[in-house]
Amino acid sequence: MTISLTQEKVKELEKIALQIRRMVVKMVFTAQSGHLGGSLSVAEIISVLYFSELRIDPRNPNWPDRDRLVPSKGHCAPAIYAALALRGFIDPECLTTLRQLDSILQGHPCMTSTPGIDMSTGSLGHGLSIGVGMALGGRLKRSNFLVYVLLGDGELNEGQNWEAAMAATKLSLSNLIAIVDRNRIQLDGPTEEIMPLEPLMEKWKAFNWNTISIDGHSVEEISDSIQWAKENQDRPSVIIANTIKGKGVSFMENTHKWHGRPPTREEYEMAIRELEGEIDE
Amino acid sequence: MEMLGTRDVYGKTLVELGRENENIVVLDADLASSTRTSYFAKEFPHRFFNMGVSEQDLIGTAAGLALAGKLPFVSSFAIFLAGKGWEPIRQSICIPNLDVKLVATHGGITVGEDGASHHSTEDFALMRVLPNMTVICPADGVETEKAIREIVKHRGPTYVRLARPKFPVVLDHTYQFQLGRSFTLREGKDLTMIATGIMVYNCLRAAEELDKEGISAAVVNMSTLKPIDVPAIARAARQTGAILTAEEHSVIGGLGSAVAEVVSQNCPVPMKIIGVDDLFGVSGNADKLMEHFRLTYPYIVEGARQLLGMK
Ligand SMILES: Cc1ncc(C[n+]2csc(CCOP(=O)(O)OP(=O)(O)O)c2C)c(N)n1
Repeated sequence: MTISLTQEKVKELEKIALQIRRMVVKMVFTAQSGHLGGSLSVAEIISVLYFSELRIDPRNPNWPDRDRLVPSKGHCAPAIYAALALRGFIDPECLTTLRQLDSILQGHPCMTSTPGIDMSTGSLGHGLSIGVGMALGGRLKRSNFLVYVLLGDGELNEGQNWEAAMAATKLSLSNLIAIVDRNRIQLDGPTEEIMPLEPLMEKWKAFNWNTISIDGHSVEEISDSIQWAKENQDRPSVIIANTIKGKGVSFMENTHKWHGRPPTREEYEMAIRELEGEIDE
Repeated sequence: MEMLGTRDVYGKTLVELGRENENIVVLDADLASSTRTSYFAKEFPHRFFNMGVSEQDLIGTAAGLALAGKLPFVSSFAIFLAGKGWEPIRQSICIPNLDVKLVATHGGITVGEDGASHHSTEDFALMRVLPNMTVICPADGVETEKAIREIVKHRGPTYVRLARPKFPVVLDHTYQFQLGRSFTLREGKDLTMIATGIMVYNCLRAAEELDKEGISAAVVNMSTLKPIDVPAIARAARQTGAILTAEEHSVIGGLGSAVAEVVSQNCPVPMKIIGVDDLFGVSGNADKLMEHFRLTYPYIVEGARQLLGMK
């Protein structure tokens, strides 16, 4: 696999990931509602996508030939909203209105409310099928846009994912890249207790996908694996990004307890201290 | 005022029922901590099955357990159970008329901040239209306990809709839940308000307001939406000559529609249907959403005045 990022770019993307984390924690604290664990685990993935990979234009969010991201695990919306603000799609001021009545920032991604959101989600299990349709549409229109689908590992319990996985191989959708946020925890507990997924790589391989497993907190590995997926032009690719739920805030890491609950003021301050401390290192 | 979470009461009642009836098994789809089936899971780990985020598989598995002689209680959020599970419910529970209890929490718009994807303003319509299905939406925590106990005695597909927030208690502890029977909480002679779920409380408040204006409104708790209490509706129409319905559900296909089906064909009188307009939900705090969707008592008062104008 080729090394695709300069050291400078690596630093920049890591910094953005940290910034996303701080914004996520602040948003969920302010809203007193939202999903921290699964938003913190995707910070590097979102950073690489929005600041290195996605061919998108904040001045023209509906550009027909743009790359698409289907946020299938829609509850990571805060991480995406942070990236949209940093990337100039939305006014950073509105982040404080997350989940409030009349906000453009709905609890789950809503394409009719927020510029830069490519699909409305929130109910798990729909996104990969959407990605299949988008990728197929892109091919039919002879546009060379890529379609990324961000999936949760718990989300993979939904059978529709595997229906879509079959369709994507049948249709040889090489312009489709699925990224699984493999944080090993779902809402009620660890994935391997609630509904075991392993051997997960072998499952995707059996569905005839190009399959790779990476450290989902390494911006280099995320970027390299996306280059690898782009080079593999025969079929769809899936990147299993091994991550830590709640990554970056020690007391939120690796537990389902922080799946969907907001922090108290004290917890919020502790979290921000940890995330700011990281910057000085 | 006493407040009780209908889902909290459900969780506790299920544990008690589990002790009384060892045939009961419980299934959930990665929302046990929210639906409170986690209480049952803790006490009866071998009779609880977390099926992961897979609502259709959840329904099918419950059907299979019923066919093998077990009594399954199945829970998730209303939109994922009734919505995502709909066709499996139709094919594998209602057509074979199996004894499966579907108990959904997070009904309506009081789900709040999660927004449109998680609100459920369609579940009454979706469940009501299915042959063999019984549909219940308790008014408060007291009724939830009684209803959950009662449906164990009833054989057949059953859907119970509960909520996320705590509800004010409107029924006293001596109240007897009877499947298919409504309960009159307040007598009145100018109009009858027929309500379900949280809207029973809101109608009681509206009735007090109307009383100050000299308007006498009866309030009926229609917790069984199907089979609906036809004699009670006919009586209300005859006695008060005007019917207002109120539900935390779309104005299309829910309680209002069910009552209108009876009124229009048996005892035509003017009606007013209070519910969520033909719109998807939005994010917001539950109280603000109740106001936003015009479900709070002042809108019921306004609706009652309009209705009396049609009399
Ligand atoms: C169809 C559906 N069922 C249930 C839910 C409720 N829910 C939200 S997140 C979640 C757990 C998802 O786990 P995972 O995909 O691993 O997300 P992550 O750990 O990355 O946050 C559940 C069950 C939902 N949003 N959609």
